[in-house]
Amino acid sequence: MCTVIKPGMLTTIQDQGRIGYRAYGMPVSGVMDRYAATMANLLAGNETGAAVLEMTLLGGTFHFPNEAYLAVCGADMQGTLNGRRIKNWSAFYVPANSELAFDYAASGCRTYLSFYGGIAVSPVLGSRSTYTRAVIGGLEGRALQADDVIEIGKGDEMPFALRELSYHHLPKYTHEIRVRVIPGPQDDLFTTEGVRTLFGGSFTVSSRNDRMGILLEGATIQHVSGPDIISDALCAGAIQVPGDGHPIIMMADCQTTGGYAKIGFVISPDLSKLAQAKAGDTITFVECSDGEALAALAAEQLSYEKAAIG
Amino acid sequence: MSDISILKAGEKGLVIDFGNLIDPAVNGRVHRLAHSIAANMPGDVIEVIPTYRSLMVYFDPQQISRETLSAKIRQYLDNTAESGTTDDVATVVSIPVCYGAEFGPDLEFVANHNRLSIREVIAIHTSQPYQVYMLGFTPGFPYLGGMSERIAAPRLAQPRVAIPAGSVGIAGSQTGIYPIESPGGWQLIGRTPLKVFDPGSSTPFLFAAGNYLQFTAIDADTFRFIHQQVEAGSYTPLTSTIARGGTA
Repeated sequence: MCTVIKPGMLTTIQDQGRIGYRAYGMPVSGVMDRYAATMANLLAGNETGAAVLEMTLLGGTFHFPNEAYLAVCGADMQGTLNGRRIKNWSAFYVPANSELAFDYAASGCRTYLSFYGGIAVSPVLGSRSTYTRAVIGGLEGRALQADDVIEIGKGDEMPFALRELSYHHLPKYTHEIRVRVIPGPQDDLFTTEGVRTLFGGSFTVSSRNDRMGILLEGATIQHVSGPDIISDALCAGAIQVPGDGHPIIMMADCQTTGGYAKIGFVISPDLSKLAQAKAGDTITFVECSDGEALAALAAEQLSYEKAAIG
Repeated sequence: MSDISILKAGEKGLVIDFGNLIDPAVNGRVHRLAHSIAANMPGDVIEVIPTYRSLMVYFDPQQISRETLSAKIRQYLDNTAESGTTDDVATVVSIPVCYGAEFGPDLEFVANHNRLSIREVIAIHTSQPYQVYMLGFTPGFPYLGGMSERIAAPRLAQPRVAIPAGSVGIAGSQTGIYPIESPGGWQLIGRTPLKVFDPGSSTPFLFAAGNYLQFTAIDADTFRFIHQQVEAGSYTPLTSTIARGGTA
């Protein structure tokens, strides 16, 4: 177990999401940055679907009465263990009676903490992911608070090597983010100029960005005759454009239906980049085919396979 | 079938679009196809999400290509079109509602707004089953079709901060139920003691998209009685069946 001394700005328990209930209006939730969370689990000797802590912008401080094995990946929150720096994108040993502390994100936005053995909270509708708006999953369906106790699951007997991720697999978090987009399903509701603006214009991440979605500022995208559609299904990656022409990229906690035209979808391997975006970062969109998206998925998979064998 | 298009929704999604209209028959086709896909190709799809007039299919492109999946779906579409005589029966879930007083503080407004008596509003609201076009907005929230314009009412000028779970409301010519406590601007006419969304239960959702809901009026004593049974886990919702695209 470990005790929360300081929770950080927004720290929640997340796994790979609540799949299978979208037809009932239940958002998927789950980790915002699939890549960093998966790597944290691989380094910590867990299944890739194990629940992790997702910390946002400002990390938490935790007390460990007993020894534990952890891994940390994602934004660099300058973690220290009993006052000594720990390396980001690495697994480490926590001796009994230790304090693990994180600070603000020096680069990126979200940091993942994986505990060897996972986090022992009961799944709700098949997932441990916290969805605060419906108060389900994680710890009582809410973000962590001071004095919360996190029960760590039991890992296999086999101890594993404490290692860090090879530099080949380290993503670079920059303030200029490029993501690939497959146009559709309603790209025909935008003018030629509107589509050109999406792929040629420059957008800035606004302060209105959270687990539900990222509102962009900057260029405005023109509709043919208004933004409204008869509400249809939404999922992470969808780029909705309301009447003001400023696109919104839907993220992990997005509602399952929405009524604005969707000009395209950010491919899922690139959502990890958006999960690390902060207000003020610039976003550019590049048009992409199914084939390129499949290649990106395969490359992501290959990184996991290589990281798993060290 | 030329009015149906299959669109892209990212590398893992496609949308079968049946046209740009809210219509019970179109929505019926969406649900028929959703059932057909879920029943016949469970290994090929991850999730199907029916909405008013389209169906999103979520798949693993590393297991099945968009082209193969689209071709299979077109086959189901053609088959459904040819047979045309499917015994297409939908479930009707009975929703007991205590109308008015603290359960529905806006019932009187809805009555006055439409120059009806409270009794007439209740009679109209319970007169026919409503088709659940889709669920969305919050977990379990039903978008219902078929409410009479005679009891339509504008939204509140100032939304309420917290509406109790189970509240039944009217907004424009729509009616619906709040599954979880949430803010909202609907005129509240009553409340059901049933749990529309119960995440800890083996049946977490009281109804699904494609079902019909039949509201029935109950008094405050019955509300409390059913509420106790719901809390004890001994209440079984009443259901019946209806031919899809029937009375609603």
